[in-house]
Amino acid sequence: MSEVQRARSDAGRVSLSGLFGLPNDDPRKTVAIAVLLCLVCSLIVSAAAVGLRPQQQRNEAQALKREILKVAGLFDEGMDVDAAFAGLDARLVDLASGEYVDGVDVASYDVRKASTDPDASVTLDGDTDVARIRSRAKRMPVYLLRGHGELERIILPVHGYGLWSTMYGLLALAPDGRTVVDVSFYDQRETAGLGGEVANPHWLSGWSGKQVADDSGEPRFRVAKGSVDPAAPNAGYQVDGLSGATLTSNGVTNLVRFWVGPNGYGPYLERIRTGREN
Amino acid sequence: MAANLRQLLVEPIVDKNPITLQILGICSALAVTTQLAPAIIMSIALTVVLIGSNVVISLIRHHMPGSIRIIIQMTIIASLVIVVDQILKAYAFELSKQLSVFVGLIITNCIVLGRAEAFATQNPPWPSLLDAVGHGAGYSAILVSVAAVRELFGAGTLLGHEILPLVKNGGWYEPNGLMLLAPGAFFIIGLMIWGIRTWRPKQKEAADFTIRDGHPEHG
Repeated sequence: MSEVQRARSDAGRVSLSGLFGLPNDDPRKTVAIAVLLCLVCSLIVSAAAVGLRPQQQRNEAQALKREILKVAGLFDEGMDVDAAFAGLDARLVDLASGEYVDGVDVASYDVRKASTDPDASVTLDGDTDVARIRSRAKRMPVYLLRGHGELERIILPVHGYGLWSTMYGLLALAPDGRTVVDVSFYDQRETAGLGGEVANPHWLSGWSGKQVADDSGEPRFRVAKGSVDPAAPNAGYQVDGLSGATLTSNGVTNLVRFWVGPNGYGPYLERIRTGREN
Repeated sequence: MAANLRQLLVEPIVDKNPITLQILGICSALAVTTQLAPAIIMSIALTVVLIGSNVVISLIRHHMPGSIRIIIQMTIIASLVIVVDQILKAYAFELSKQLSVFVGLIITNCIVLGRAEAFATQNPPWPSLLDAVGHGAGYSAILVSVAAVRELFGAGTLLGHEILPLVKNGGWYEPNGLMLLAPGAFFIIGLMIWGIRTWRPKQKEAADFTIRDGHPEHG
């Protein structure tokens, strides 16, 4: 570097090493340090997020399998989840027709991605968007539990909006396509202690034996206000309300009605009921 | 000097404990101590963040513009917390679900920012590291002991292993439900503070005011 260049550099901009020589309260140094720090920190954070993503996705997929096995009634602590999961019949259903889609690998089908992909989803609005999810995938997975070749449980992944969050759940129905055997909400961010009680196993146990739809397949399910009066005519369609969580309760009512209704698994469940699909 | 360094490491464990003396980090001490396993993970996470932030801040302490000092510290702490959170989600998935927001809330934990501002900005990296290890150990000691008491008497287990057989499983121990609620942790921490201040009377604070003897004639 010639004398002239050096002089120019000193007068105009400050070299990196010169920057650190500046007094700490120099505005140029303040800005430079802020920018540098943000760069370094964002690099570290994004490296961690991107680098660990595959492992986290594996964990989430594994956790979902565990949840499915739980509502299938197969889960034991310490079991081989993958082996047990392979015992379930996982199929993809075209919701509009209610027919199975063959030739697509269910394990690699990403529901959340498909739900927002314009080509793979249906936009819902006003009257049809009961569960407030804006769009739903055209194809949804179902998990079938069979014993000795006979269908025993149909497990439907469902989701819908509560008070703050989208609640993701699994609804296990008997082969009649309308009686609840088991249910779980495995991913929700409702108010802990109030709406968050949707994940409470004690509350969920009150669902078993309830019916989500009537003989004609019309969704009738409702989370009641307060406790269900067993003598009431609709008691068979209702579960106890969550106290202090009316909006979350309504969200649960709506999401169940949506998913067992005509815009959800309705056509598929109809085919099951009439024996055209099994 | 060596004795000084030792003090940095040992003092925060009892004599200057961040929870029982400085009454910092109470929120997480209440929230994640119903079981031992999440409390241990939380302790490790906080200690790692504390060490990282103290060392990094100490290394750049001569180049920190005073006007953006706090925000620099927060940025460093927040980045470390996100990294720790991501690692937990990848390698301790179940526990990270139990800890939910509390790992993220390490960012707002007064112990971390407190040590960064009070110690690391004025001391070289090595003492800052020892200070962080000491405070991490002090926090962990309280968290782990509170969690052990709560899990043992609240659920009859330690790290999920049955110690006191519960009545509902055919044993003899009727669990104390209070232990599983946040007030249970308040009582335990309160008793610990009482115990430590009886053992180390130096920690007793002077009363802000004294209550005068009553004068019966004035009613």
